[in-house]
Amino acid sequence: MTDSGKPLKQIHLAAHFPGVNNTTVWSDPRSGSHIEFESFRRFAQTAERALFDFLFLAEGLRLREQNGLIYDLDVVGRPDTFTVLAALAAVTDRLGLAGTINSTFNEPYEVARQFATLDHLSAGRAAWNVVTSWDAFTGENFRRGGYLPQEHRYERARSFLHAALTLFDSWHGDEISGDENTGEFLTDPEPGRFTVRDAFFDIEGQFNVPRSPQGRPVIFQAGDSDEGREFAAAEADAIFSRHGTKDAGQAFYSDVKGRMAKYGRDPDQLKVLPAATFVLADTDAEARELAEAVRFQQVSGQTAIRMLEQLWNRDLSGYDPDGPLPESDPELGEHTVARGRASVRMHRDPLATAREWRELAQAKGYSIRELIIHVTGRQNFIGSPRTIADAIDDLVQSDAADGFILVPHITPDGLDQFADNVVPLLQEKGVFRTEYAGSTLREHLGLHPLPVGDSTARTAAPEGATA
Amino acid sequence: MSDKTQIHLAAALDGAGWHPAAWREPDAAPAARLIGAAYWLEQVRTAQAGLLDFVTIEDGFLLQSDEFASPDTRTDRVRGRLDASLIAARLAPLTAHIGLVPTVTTTHTEPFHVSKTIATLDYVSTGRAGWRPQVGALAPEAALFGRRDLPALRVEDLAEPETQAVIRELFDEAADHVEVVRRLWDSWEDDAEIRDLATGRFIDREKLHYIDFTGRHFSVRGPSITPRPPQGQPPVVALAHSSVPYAFAARSADVVLITPPDPDAIAPIVAEIRQAQAAAGREGERLLVFGEFVVFLDEAPVTALARKERLDEAAGAPYRSDAPIFAGSPAALADQLAQWARSGLDGFRLRPATVPHDLDGIAYGLVPELQRRGLFRSGYAADTLRGNLGLPRPANRYATAAA
Repeated sequence: MTDSGKPLKQIHLAAHFPGVNNTTVWSDPRSGSHIEFESFRRFAQTAERALFDFLFLAEGLRLREQNGLIYDLDVVGRPDTFTVLAALAAVTDRLGLAGTINSTFNEPYEVARQFATLDHLSAGRAAWNVVTSWDAFTGENFRRGGYLPQEHRYERARSFLHAALTLFDSWHGDEISGDENTGEFLTDPEPGRFTVRDAFFDIEGQFNVPRSPQGRPVIFQAGDSDEGREFAAAEADAIFSRHGTKDAGQAFYSDVKGRMAKYGRDPDQLKVLPAATFVLADTDAEARELAEAVRFQQVSGQTAIRMLEQLWNRDLSGYDPDGPLPESDPELGEHTVARGRASVRMHRDPLATAREWRELAQAKGYSIRELIIHVTGRQNFIGSPRTIADAIDDLVQSDAADGFILVPHITPDGLDQFADNVVPLLQEKGVFRTEYAGSTLREHLGLHPLPVGDSTARTAAPEGATA
Repeated sequence: MSDKTQIHLAAALDGAGWHPAAWREPDAAPAARLIGAAYWLEQVRTAQAGLLDFVTIEDGFLLQSDEFASPDTRTDRVRGRLDASLIAARLAPLTAHIGLVPTVTTTHTEPFHVSKTIATLDYVSTGRAGWRPQVGALAPEAALFGRRDLPALRVEDLAEPETQAVIRELFDEAADHVEVVRRLWDSWEDDAEIRDLATGRFIDREKLHYIDFTGRHFSVRGPSITPRPPQGQPPVVALAHSSVPYAFAARSADVVLITPPDPDAIAPIVAEIRQAQAAAGREGERLLVFGEFVVFLDEAPVTALARKERLDEAAGAPYRSDAPIFAGSPAALADQLAQWARSGLDGFRLRPATVPHDLDGIAYGLVPELQRRGLFRSGYAADTLRGNLGLPRPANRYATAAA
């Protein structure tokens, strides 16, 4: 029990195999392949040794470009998400296996099949981070091309998810009897029958994957916009957020969980999991020093210029990263300089951000590189194992989060230190499991078992109570 | 060691085996286990113990049906299946030598996704991936996607010009699909990742290539998000029964599976394929031709025949297949394969009528018989599927163009 008499919340931890951004310090000699399966195996087995809830893989369906050229300063390239997760199911037993799969460049029948398959092959450990995009740039790699009006993307994503949930639920789990004496394999002559008709999809037939161990994959959502939060409150089992600080975290946490009542959902059934980076050392002072060094590795002079271009929306290659910021203002309008990158869309008011950055640089005497180091991606947790364990616990107990998705800056071994030194302290505090209690990801996350038919019932009547 | 031409062997895995009553056999896996990793692992380990070149994993978006072009309502057949490429990925880290060849439809899938799926299967298996592209011609399958309409297909209309036109169109699309997948596999040169500390560059972007494919069915820009797979080009395996798919295989495949009913039928089919291969500009390229059999194997031939009869009775009809059916002893099958191979086949894909019985019969009965005749390997010679098939690792088309 805490001082306030509230029971201690159990912390959820996940590991994100880093993707293609400058978090990964690939120049470090310890940095391994981002493609070879051995890296994924080691990373996953460390996460499982540390009793994490799940491993997470992000997705990007077009290589990033800047100034019309393929971006070459960060890690480039990644394997297919489903395929790696299915292979990881072979070398882990309990770890949840989560992947981002885009709802814009896929079809519900195929995605539902892949997730139902992954759930079978992992004996109930699959999770789907439902994302949506609208860029024609990525669309150039796909049949449909590019395309969705931005305002329709959540509508389509919801439709897509509902279609997939209908498919997951089309088998109830009791269709296969397999009585070799009577010759009855199926109790139902038409298992998996479904019809979905709405503004985006017109599909019908029989789903051909029997009901999977979890009934459906655990559903994650990652958007931070108002529609994204609403989508999560209505549909998701977990939400990834960017709000790692206490105040911002608490505001986000109460906002999202507060939206759930109107969908008849228990706030405990949506886990809020911010992504977090960390730098660990024996002492806080060493960790601070190391964190600064890592930031300098993550943001080279060239990287600083490229990141500045992402706000300024034009070529700044003539600028000296060790010199002052440009005097002129960013180009407004469509982003033409950096493509295939979500972060450029986060600069909602480039003029105001540029003004802030200039003022900060002037006040502190920062060069371009120093400024970028300070305004982008500072590590969330920096310190000794004790300091980090305390910080994580405090954020969870004070309802700024239910846990964290950790992103190491060294792949694949960057998680080992955390597993060896921080996890035992959290266990000592009684806020993190000392063994897996269940075998499915739903169980790890404390999600109620799904009654058969639940997902469609909720979809049909968002105002009503769950079954 | 013999200098006789070696036979290549593959096993086709599907459900409880290819006979519709296979699931009712006393040694069959319980129905609930047919969907799950452990059952698949047992099968592929048996095939690997038999030193087979590869296994194929059947797939399709439709629920299985005994009808040609529509769903049925039978309750006495195996129904339900998992995505074949993910089964293959799940098996890859737990096997070491055998090739893994999932079936993936070309008609309703994105070439970009398929390319990275097979490339990644090649990474997780360290060079043992293949791909069997399959056309999805049926209207009920199209309805699962709601993206295009396909005309209702009837088996009696297969020879009609309109039906042939539809089929030709689907195979044209499949050929484009394979072309895009192959270009994407080559869209990274092997040494594109440089991690150059001096210049801060992770890749040499001059070694990444836009594929800029524009066809009638889709356009794809590239490059892939996944680097070139370990084999460079994982083998493409195509099943073909007539001229249109022969031409597709001749243009697109590394291994073509054919179903001649008798040895005399082999030479004309092979000749047609070779001609189509030349027409596609691939003369001299290695394209392996495999025959197909459904096999019932027992030491005593009468036992095999009796077992087939018993299964047919349980199924309610004599088993029929697009492939010739063999029921007999492993030794007799070995003789037959040797004879058929001399008529122009490089190997065979065998479909076990029941699992585990007939798969065991292939691995532990047939294979020793072939080895005794000096016709089959006594150990894996290579670590990759291309290596075991005797296919060299191909040069990258874009690297050649640049050189």
